[in-house]
Amino acid sequence: MEPINIEGTPKTPTVNFDSSSGVIEIKGRSIPENSIEFYKPLVDWLDEYSSSAQSQTSVNIQLEYFNTSSSKCILDVFKKLEAIHNGGQSEIVINWHYEEDDEDMLEAGEDYQAIINVPFKMIETEEQ
Amino acid sequence: MLDIFDFYDRMERNNIMLSFKGNITPELLTSILQIMESKLENMEETPKLKKKVYNVLVECLQNLYHHMDEAPVPDESADTQRSAIFMIGKIGNDYNVITGNYMYSDNVAPLKDKMDKVNGMSKEELKAYYKEVLDNGRMSEKGGGGLGMIDIARKSGQKLEYDFMDIDNKHSFFTLNIKISPNKN
Repeated sequence: MEPINIEGTPKTPTVNFDSSSGVIEIKGRSIPENSIEFYKPLVDWLDEYSSSAQSQTSVNIQLEYFNTSSSKCILDVFKKLEAIHNGGQSEIVINWHYEEDDEDMLEAGEDYQAIINVPFKMIETEEQ
Repeated sequence: MLDIFDFYDRMERNNIMLSFKGNITPELLTSILQIMESKLENMEETPKLKKKVYNVLVECLQNLYHHMDEAPVPDESADTQRSAIFMIGKIGNDYNVITGNYMYSDNVAPLKDKMDKVNGMSKEELKAYYKEVLDNGRMSEKGGGGLGMIDIARKSGQKLEYDFMDIDNKHSFFTLNIKISPNKN
C-alpha cells in the first residue's frame, strides 16, 4: 500500500506512515480549525494497514502543540492502533515525545495512555 | 473625529501586545498566531510559560472562530455581521487573553453552566473531566469537541473569568478573560 508523506505547515504536522517499515510518525504542530478533514485520511489508511500490518509497528508522536479539536482526532488514530494491537495483527508501541519541562505535553500523553490499551513510552527530548 | 489618543493611551496602560476587531477567518488566525509566536519568542519567559500562553491563545481564538454568532443589525435590510474582538496584554507578570463576541441569548445558559462547572473543579477533577469528554464526547457540528474551556482552565491553572451582557432580546455579548501567571505554573 502507498505510504502517506505530508509536509508540515504552521498549523498541521509532518506525517509519515510507511507500511513497509511499520513506522508511523506525526511530528510538529497540529492546530487546524478543521482537524477532521486533516485526520480522516490517516484513520482510513490505518484501516487498510490493519489487513497487511508488519508484525511490529512503531508509532512516533512528537508534537510541539496541538489544539483540542486535534486531540479528538489523535484519539481516533490511537483507537485504530488499539484495534490492530488487540486484534493481534501487529505489536504496537506508541512513543510519546515531549520537550523537557513541558509538563502539559507529558500529561497529555498520560491522558491517552490511560484511555488506550497499547504500550506507551514517554520520551523526553531537549528543547528545540 | 475618533479619539485615537484615547485608544492608544488605554492600550498602552493595559500593556496590550496585540488587538484585533473584525471577522475571524482561518487566514487571520494564522497571521495572529505567527505574530504572537514571534513576539513571545522575544519575551524573557520560560519556554513552559510561552507554550501555555500560545496554547490558551489558540483555543480562545478558535472558540471565537467556531462559536461566535452574528451581531445584531440595525434593520432587516442590513447585512448580517460576524465580528469579534480579541486582545492580549501583559499586566505585571500576568498574561491576559481577552475575547469578546456576540452570541444568541439562547446559547448563553449552556455555556455559562459549562464554565461554572469547570470553575468548580480542582486540578485533578479537571484532568478526569477532560479524559471523560475526550473519550465519550462527540464532535459538535461546529467542529469543537467540547474540550476547549476545560483545556483553557487546565493550561492556565486559573478560573475562567467571564461576563455576559444583554444587548437586545435575541443577542448577548460574551467576554472571556484568561489569565496566565508564571507563579501559578
